[in-house]
Amino acid sequence: MPSKLVKLNTIASLNIGEIGYISEGALESIPLKLLEMGCLPGAEVELIQIAPLKDPLYICVNGSHLAIRKETAAQIQILKS
Amino acid sequence: MSKNDIKVALIGNPNTGKTSLFNQLTGLTQKVGNYPGVTVDKKQGRCKLSSTQNAVITDLPGTYSINPTSIDESIVLKTLLKKDIKESPDVILVVADVENLKRNLLLFSQIKDLEIPTVLAINMVDQMSRKGISIDLTALKEELNSEVVLISARKNKGISEVKNAIIKCHIAAKTSPMCDVNYKIDPEYFDKLKAINSNFTLYELWLMVTQKNFPQGISKKEKEQLLSFNQDASRLKKYQHKETIYRYQEINKVLKKTYIVDKSKATDLRSKLDKIFTHKIFGYIIFFFVLLLIFQSIFDWSSLPMDLIDTTFAQLSDFARSNLPIGVLSDLIVEGIIPGIGGVVIFIPQIAILFLFIAVLEETGYMSRVVFLMDKIMRRFGMNGKSVIPLISGTACAIPAIMATRTISSWKERLITILVVPFTTCSARLPVYAILISLIIPNDKIFGFYNLQAFTLLMLYALGFITAIIAAYILQKTLKIKTSSFFVVEMPNYKLPSIKNVIFDVIEKTKAFVLGAGKIILALSVVLWFLASNGPDSYDNSAKNVIENSANNQLSEAELQQKIGSVKLENSYIGIMGKTIEPAIKPLGYDWKVGIALITSFAAREVFVGTLATIYSVEADDENTTTIKEKMRAEINPDTGEKIFNFPAGMSLLVFYAFAMQCMATLAIVKRETKTWKWPLIQLFGMTGLAYISSLIIYQILH
Repeated sequence: MPSKLVKLNTIASLNIGEIGYISEGALESIPLKLLEMGCLPGAEVELIQIAPLKDPLYICVNGSHLAIRKETAAQIQILKS
Repeated sequence: MSKNDIKVALIGNPNTGKTSLFNQLTGLTQKVGNYPGVTVDKKQGRCKLSSTQNAVITDLPGTYSINPTSIDESIVLKTLLKKDIKESPDVILVVADVENLKRNLLLFSQIKDLEIPTVLAINMVDQMSRKGISIDLTALKEELNSEVVLISARKNKGISEVKNAIIKCHIAAKTSPMCDVNYKIDPEYFDKLKAINSNFTLYELWLMVTQKNFPQGISKKEKEQLLSFNQDASRLKKYQHKETIYRYQEINKVLKKTYIVDKSKATDLRSKLDKIFTHKIFGYIIFFFVLLLIFQSIFDWSSLPMDLIDTTFAQLSDFARSNLPIGVLSDLIVEGIIPGIGGVVIFIPQIAILFLFIAVLEETGYMSRVVFLMDKIMRRFGMNGKSVIPLISGTACAIPAIMATRTISSWKERLITILVVPFTTCSARLPVYAILISLIIPNDKIFGFYNLQAFTLLMLYALGFITAIIAAYILQKTLKIKTSSFFVVEMPNYKLPSIKNVIFDVIEKTKAFVLGAGKIILALSVVLWFLASNGPDSYDNSAKNVIENSANNQLSEAELQQKIGSVKLENSYIGIMGKTIEPAIKPLGYDWKVGIALITSFAAREVFVGTLATIYSVEADDENTTTIKEKMRAEINPDTGEKIFNFPAGMSLLVFYAFAMQCMATLAIVKRETKTWKWPLIQLFGMTGLAYISSLIIYQILH
């Protein structure tokens, strides 16, 4: 993880190709299912693609390629570098 | 299954090649059954492990975790929690994808904690060097304290090692939990939980608390105690989260010592293909052309086998007619059972071809991209990206389509999908559309090149889809169901489809249709045959009356027989039923003969054509449909003096068949999937009511 993490954001605020790190304090807000699929605090998240109608989002986290809805993504806080 | 067979449960994340391994291990011995009390299909097969040892392998639905979020996944939990000697597995075989080993080990760690002997098969190892992955197998076995096998299921590599590992694991029968997860969270809390019943492992008790699923062997008092742990929901959630984090920590520790990935070697095919398939314009264009290709192929490829089936069953009837002694039993076989079976078999080509395409699209990973593209659009109508697959399947048959909704985890989205799927134009509507269109639409070209009849058929397909979407929108606004609409779809790697997997999948789904719908269609055909060939006194006298009345008309023997047949039908129970409903359907432009066809259509819509053929006394052995058409065209309404199948009545009938719920088999499957008669009854009255009103309006306007 890079040392300079500044802005507090959610997965929904990433741009395509941008990388963030799920913040350590986010544990409670991550649905269990996503947690089980590798969406862990501290993990690197890359936004790969946004569906044409701006929803869902296609992300890669911990080696898992997942599509999640924007409302879920907006719950998960991340740190952008 | 013999007593000494090892019972193996096959478990793994979706897209790990679990099905490939199952197919390699069991081959053609696979059978699909049902889990008692639940609707999900149970796939089982036999496997010879060694010269003396056999196994029965159960393929459990793919899941990322033991904690279920859909009906499919809840089966895994139910199977594993069972303490019934007959049912519970001796050995669990966990399949993992080498590329996603970390995530796959989460499920493995949960299963290890159930303390059932477990074998881990790491699949797709042929991809390892290409992806820059290396594994220290000896160290991994030691760290996981389990049998671990590297396999490549599609290439049939490592299968005998899997068999040996199952035997070894079964003999050793020793196992230990992987993560003593629960003690790390709150020792006091979990000590109390552990004290409830010593026959179950702590993790099993914990699952009972979190999933409220209580197997046999848990007394009423113990159940109450367990439920008391469930009181504090936020604490429970917190502990489940902590548990998952802890599992990943343990997994990371193991993988650090045993698993190395050199990321620079990873290829970029996925991202290149994703750029095309999920592109905001090209993505939809490609999907549109894929759909077009599917529908075109269904029509092109199925017409020949369908004609063959049609002729074969007609010949079979003739053969039975001429070789069986004359009597009621022979009538039952020739007029009830053989056409009934034929009515089911005729749909197999279309259904098999559609499922071939769907299986290929799913195997390649493309279907997940479609789900991704369509989710937002479908959600506006109360459905889910995953609803696209059932809606496409519905164009073959609503039954497998409704079963395909099981992967949708939100109940409301799943229910809406189930309710609207029967609006899509299924293959049973086609013969009805075909004959009606040929009667009322001129065979002309529009815009100089497009055939008007083909265009009408296309419009009817569009009508089905659009009505399904509108109905979904209305249901979304009116259904008061609170449900979490949580949605997550894995986007698997693109790969070439395995022919074996595709073929097995097509066979399995086609079988489900034949056995599910087939039974009902066949039974109803027999009932309808009975109602059509029996009646009150007037029925028995009809032959005599016809002969007396037409004594002066000099009819040929064949014409006379036709006339008798037609009068008999008029006086049969079903004829009486048709006459009874005539006042209700007259405003739609139909007479009692069409009424009979409407009633018989409840077995399956395509029966419409056959019934009319009988009513208009077309010779039984006449395979030429133009004859039926000519008879229908010539039919005059005695009240108005107009043709029965004129444009207004024909349009009204087309719309009636597009909307009405006329399929008993679908109603039965909806009952099974929703576990109540409420929803199928809503479909029956809602759809048929809509059909009635729409047809009424159309006839009254056009008339």
